[in-house]
Amino acid sequence: MTEVVLDPGPLPVGPYDKKGPGWWGVLSLIATEAALFTYLLFSYYFYDLQLPHSWRPAEPPKLNLSAPDTLVLLVSSAAVWFAERSLKKGSRSRAGIGILVGLILGAIFVVVQIFEWKSKTFTPQTSVYGSIYFTITTFHLAHVLVGLLALLFVLIWIAFGYFDNERHAAVSNVVIYWHFVDVVWLFIFSTFYITPYLW
Amino acid sequence: MTSQGAGEILGVALAPLVDARAAGLPMTYLVGHGARAYPVTALTWGLLAISVAVVVLIAILLLWGIVARRSKGPFGPTERDTLGSAEGGLSWIVGGVAVSSVALVASLIWTVIVVAEVAPPRNPALTISVTGNQWWWDVRYVNADPTQVFRTANEIHIPTGAPIRILLTSNDVIHNFWVPQLTGKTQTIPGRTNQTWLEADRPGRYRGQCTQFCGLQHAHMALYVVAQPPAQFEAWRKAQIEAAPAPTTSEAIEGAAIFLVKCAACHQVRGTDAGGQVAPDLTHLMSRETIAAGLEPNTPAGLSGWISNPQGLKPGTRMPTLYLSGAELTSVTDYLETLK
Amino acid sequence: MTSDGIRRVAAIATADDRLRSRLREIWETEPGLKGWIGTVDHKQIGVRYIVTAFAFLAAGGLEALLMRLQLIGPEQKLLTPQQYNELYSTHGVTMIFLYALPILSGFSNYLWPLIFGARDMAFPRLNAFSYWVYLAAGIFMYVGVGMGFGPNDGWFNYVPYANKTYDPGLNEDFYSLGMIFLGISTTVGAVNFIVTFFKTRAPGMSIDRLPIMAWGTLTASVANLLVVPAVSLDFCLLWLDRQAGTHFFDTQAGGQPLLWQHLFWMFGHPWVYAIVLPAMGMVSEGLPVFCRRPLVGYTPVALSTVATMILGFGVWVHHMFATGLPYVTMSFFSAASIIIVIPSAVAVFAWLATIWTGRPVITTAFLFFASMILLFTIGGVSGFMTAAVPVDWQLNDTYWVVAHIHYVLIGINVFPVVGAIYYWFPKMSGRMLDERLGRWNFWTMFVGFNLAFLPMHLTGLLGMPRRVYTYSAHMGWTLLNVITSLGSFVFAAGVVLLLVNVVASLRRGALSGPNPWDADTLEWTTTSPPPPYNFAVIPTVISRYPLWEDRLATDDGRTAVGEGPALDHEKEALLTSAVDADPMLIAKMPDDSVTPFVLTLGMTAFFAGLLVHWWALSTAALILCLACLAVWLWPRRRLAQRTGAPL
Repeated sequence: MTEVVLDPGPLPVGPYDKKGPGWWGVLSLIATEAALFTYLLFSYYFYDLQLPHSWRPAEPPKLNLSAPDTLVLLVSSAAVWFAERSLKKGSRSRAGIGILVGLILGAIFVVVQIFEWKSKTFTPQTSVYGSIYFTITTFHLAHVLVGLLALLFVLIWIAFGYFDNERHAAVSNVVIYWHFVDVVWLFIFSTFYITPYLW
Repeated sequence: MTSQGAGEILGVALAPLVDARAAGLPMTYLVGHGARAYPVTALTWGLLAISVAVVVLIAILLLWGIVARRSKGPFGPTERDTLGSAEGGLSWIVGGVAVSSVALVASLIWTVIVVAEVAPPRNPALTISVTGNQWWWDVRYVNADPTQVFRTANEIHIPTGAPIRILLTSNDVIHNFWVPQLTGKTQTIPGRTNQTWLEADRPGRYRGQCTQFCGLQHAHMALYVVAQPPAQFEAWRKAQIEAAPAPTTSEAIEGAAIFLVKCAACHQVRGTDAGGQVAPDLTHLMSRETIAAGLEPNTPAGLSGWISNPQGLKPGTRMPTLYLSGAELTSVTDYLETLK
Repeated sequence: MTSDGIRRVAAIATADDRLRSRLREIWETEPGLKGWIGTVDHKQIGVRYIVTAFAFLAAGGLEALLMRLQLIGPEQKLLTPQQYNELYSTHGVTMIFLYALPILSGFSNYLWPLIFGARDMAFPRLNAFSYWVYLAAGIFMYVGVGMGFGPNDGWFNYVPYANKTYDPGLNEDFYSLGMIFLGISTTVGAVNFIVTFFKTRAPGMSIDRLPIMAWGTLTASVANLLVVPAVSLDFCLLWLDRQAGTHFFDTQAGGQPLLWQHLFWMFGHPWVYAIVLPAMGMVSEGLPVFCRRPLVGYTPVALSTVATMILGFGVWVHHMFATGLPYVTMSFFSAASIIIVIPSAVAVFAWLATIWTGRPVITTAFLFFASMILLFTIGGVSGFMTAAVPVDWQLNDTYWVVAHIHYVLIGINVFPVVGAIYYWFPKMSGRMLDERLGRWNFWTMFVGFNLAFLPMHLTGLLGMPRRVYTYSAHMGWTLLNVITSLGSFVFAAGVVLLLVNVVASLRRGALSGPNPWDADTLEWTTTSPPPPYNFAVIPTVISRYPLWEDRLATDDGRTAVGEGPALDHEKEALLTSAVDADPMLIAKMPDDSVTPFVLTLGMTAFFAGLLVHWWALSTAALILCLACLAVWLWPRRRLAQRTGAPL
C-alpha cells in the first residue's frame, strides 16, 4: 500500500483575516475572562442572597452618570466595529477614524467612571457592599484600560500602514476584545444599577 | 427492612465484636448509637461492602487478565499477526457500565432514603447551643426561661432516648462539630448558626473532636457527650444551674481572691464577681472529667499542671502562663476543687 | 511557485538529508545563555517542566517524610504545631499545584506536537512564558517557605482562619499572591493547549484520529480556562481583605466565609480532574501498545473523558456537605457526585478489555500503567463513598479523605507519570531505562504506596481527623500510623530508585532507536531524541494508528511521513481546520526570544512589590511588563503579521 501524500495547493502565509492562531488565542482569553467576571458577579449575588437587604445602600444607585456612560461604551463598540469593517473594505483612513473615535469614547468612559466613584458615599473599606462594588468596577476598569492601550497601538499600527484588507489579525483581535469588555459592562451595570430597582 | 432497622441489627450484631469504647476505639464510626447514627452506620457498611467487592473484582480481572493473556515478548512479527482488528472488546464496556450503573443507582436511592431518615426532628427534647472557640467548645443550655439557662464547656450532658438539637456557631474561625458514634460533622461558622442533632439510646461517654483545621491546637479540641438516664441528667442539670458554692477553707478563700485578680477577666464562676466570657465557664468545673478540651484528666495534679504551664502542654493556647508562685498555685487549685 | 502576495503553494518534498540539515539550521536553538533563556522549542520546555515538577515532587516528598516521623507515634515532639501546620500545608500546595499539573503539562508540551505531526505548539513564546511563570511562582512560594512564611492553613485555606486577625504573618500573603501568579501560567498554558489541539494537527488527523491521550489534556485545559479564575479571584479577595481593608470574608462586617468555600471548590473539584485526566490519557495511550492492540472503545473513552469534566463542574458542593446547606441541595450534588463514577467505569473496563483481548508484554511501563487500574479503582470507590451525603458527614476531614486523595494523586497521577517516563524516556533521550532496576523501582513504589495508604483508610474509619500534629495513645491509631510511616519511607526509596535509573541510563542505557516499543503514534517515526523541527515533511495522516496500518486492515493507503509539504522557507508550520484537519494556513513561527523571560521577571517584581507594599517597585514592574508585551505583540513582517511580508 502506498503512502497518501496530500497536496494542499496554495495556502495563505501567516495570519490572514481571522485565520491565524491569534484569533483562537483571543477567543480563549475572552472565555477565561468571561469566567472571571462570572465569578465576580456570582460573589455579588451570593452576598445578596445570604445577607439581609440592608447590605445594599438604602437608595438604589443613581443612573445620572452611569446610564450615559454605558451608552458611551456601546457607541465605542460600534465605532471599532466600523473600523474593522472599513479595513476589510480597504479603507485605512476610515479604519483609523473608527479606532480613534472608539479610543476617545473609551477614555470618556474612564473619566466618567472616576466621577461616578467619587460620587459614592462609601469606600471599599466601609462595608461588604463597598468592597464588592469597587472590586468589580475596578476589575472592569482595568480591562478597559488594557483595551484602550491596545486600541492605541492598533491606531499607531494602522497609521504606519501595517494592515490592509487581508492582513489585519491584530485589529480583529483587539476589536473583539473591546466588544467583550463592553458586553461585560452591560452585565455589571445591570447588576449594580438596574437590579436594585427590581427587588 | 429500613436502614434504621438494619443499623440497629448491625449495632447489636457488632457490639460484642467491636464494642468500640471497650476496644479502645473511641472515635470510630463503624459503630453508631441512637436514631441519628443507625441509618448512617448501616449505609457506611453497605457502601463499604460494595466498594470492597468492586476493588476485589477489578483486582481479580486485572491479575487474571495479565497472567492469562501475557505474551513472552519481545515485540516480534508473530505478535504482529495477533494484533487483530481495532474493534472488539466493547462488550466489556457495555457490561461493566451496566453493572456499575445498577450499583450506583441503588446506592443513590439508599443515600436519599438515609438523608430523609436523619432529617432533624420536629420536636427535640432539648436544645443546646455549642460555640466553637480556639480551641475549646462553649456549651449553653438554651431555655425560654432565663433562670434555666447555664453554660459549661467541652462536656455536653444529654438524657438518653431523646432527640437533642444542637445549634452551632463560632466565635472566631470555622470549627467542625463531630461526635462520630452519635452524629456526623457540621461546621461551626462565625456569623451563621448551623444545626445538627443527635440521640443516644444508651448511657455512655461519647468522644468528639474538631475536624476542621482551626490553628495551632486543632489537634487538641476534643469534646465529650455524656449520655445519662433522664433522671440522672435532670439531677445534673439542676446542679449546673446553681451558683458556685462559697469557698470555706482559708486556702480556698485565698485562692478565690487570686482567681478574681488573675483569672476572672476570662473565666466565669457564677455567683462570684468572676464574669469573663471568653474562656470556659468554671462554675461547676469539678463536674467535668477532663480539662483543656479533653487534653488532661481533671485531677488536682492535672489542674495545677495545666495552670502552671498551659503553653507547654498546649502550645499556642489562649490560656496565658500566669507565673503564680507555688503557694498561689496551691490556693487556686484548692479553690477550683470547691467548684463542684 | 504561484503567489498573489499572500498565498503560496506548499511545495511537496521528500524527507532527505539536505532538507533535514536545512531545517536543522532554521530550527535549532543557538548555544549559550541567550539560547538557553530564549528557546521556544516545545521539547526543551517540556523537559524543563518535567524536571522542575520532579524537583517539587521531591521537596513535597521530604516534607511528607518529616510529617510521617512526627506521626509515627502518639505525642511526638519532633515538630512544633507551627512547623507541622506549615509542612502539611506546603506539602499539599506543592504536590497539588506545583507538581501534579505541571508534570502533565510537561509531557503534553513535549509530546503534543510530536503526536500531532506538528513542528511546535501553536504559541511557542507563550509556551516558554508559561514555563517561566510556573518556575517563578514556585520559587516565589518557596522563598516564603524558606523564610518561615509557608502556607499554614491547608491547601484549601479556609477563611476566616486565613484572615489577618488569626494568621498575621506573611504566610498567607505569599500563598495568595503566589497562587494568583501561578494561575497566569496555568491559564496561558491552557490557551496554548486548546489552540494547539484545534489548529496544528497534521493534515488528515481529523478529530476521530487523534491519539487518545490528547483528549485528557484538552479537557483539562478547557476546564482550567474556566475554573482557574475562580481560585485566582478567591485569593485576590483574601489578599484585599488582608492588605486593603475590604470585608469579603470579615464576619464582623457581614463577610461570608462560605463564599471562599464555594469559589475554592468550584475551582478545586474540576482541578482534581485536570490533574488526573491527562494521566489517564497517558495510560490509554501506553497500555494498548504493550497489549499489542489498539485501545478498546476509543470513542466511549474519549467521550467519557469529556463527560467527566462536564459533570465535574457540578459536584463542587460535595466538599461542603458539612457546612449546613439545605438538604435538597445536598441530595442534588450527592446524585451528581455518584453519577460521575460512570464515565470512570468506562475507562476502567476499556483498559481491562484491552488487556483481555490483547497480548500484554510485561515491561516496567506496563506494570505502572496496569497497576494504575487497580489504584484508580480504589481511589474511585473511596471517593464514591464520600459522595453519599450522610456517609460523607463521617468520612469528611478524617484520614479516609487523606487516603482517598493520595490514591487519586499518586495512584492516578504519579503511577501513570512514572509509567510514562519508562515509556517515553527512550524518545526523549535516545536511551532505554534499565528494565531490571525498573522492576525493583515498580515493586518498591507499589508495595510502599499501598503499605502507607491502604491501612490509612482504616485510620480514617477509626476516626482520626486530618491535619492534627499529634494524637493521643488512647485512640487506637498508633499501630496504623506506624505502618503508614514505614510504608512512606519504602515508597520514597522507590522514587529514589527511579532517579537512580534515570541518571544511570542517561549515560549507559541501551540505545533505543526510533521506535523501541513498536508503538503506533507519529512521535515514534522521528529519531530519538527528535530533531528540533520534529518532522522533515509534514505528515499526511489517514488513520488513528499511523504506524500499525500495515497490520490493521486499513485499505485507504498509508500515512505519509517520507514525503509531504517541506515548509522550509523559514521557521514555518502548517495550520489545519479544527475538526477535519484540512490545511488552512502556513504559519510563520516565531524565533527564540528572551521577551517571555524578561516579562516573567517583571511580573515577579510586580508580585514581590505587592507582597512588601513597595508600590513603586510594582508600578515600575508593571510598566516593564507592558513594554515587554508591546515588543512581543508588535506586528512583524517576518511573521507575516503585516502587509508586504515575504512569503
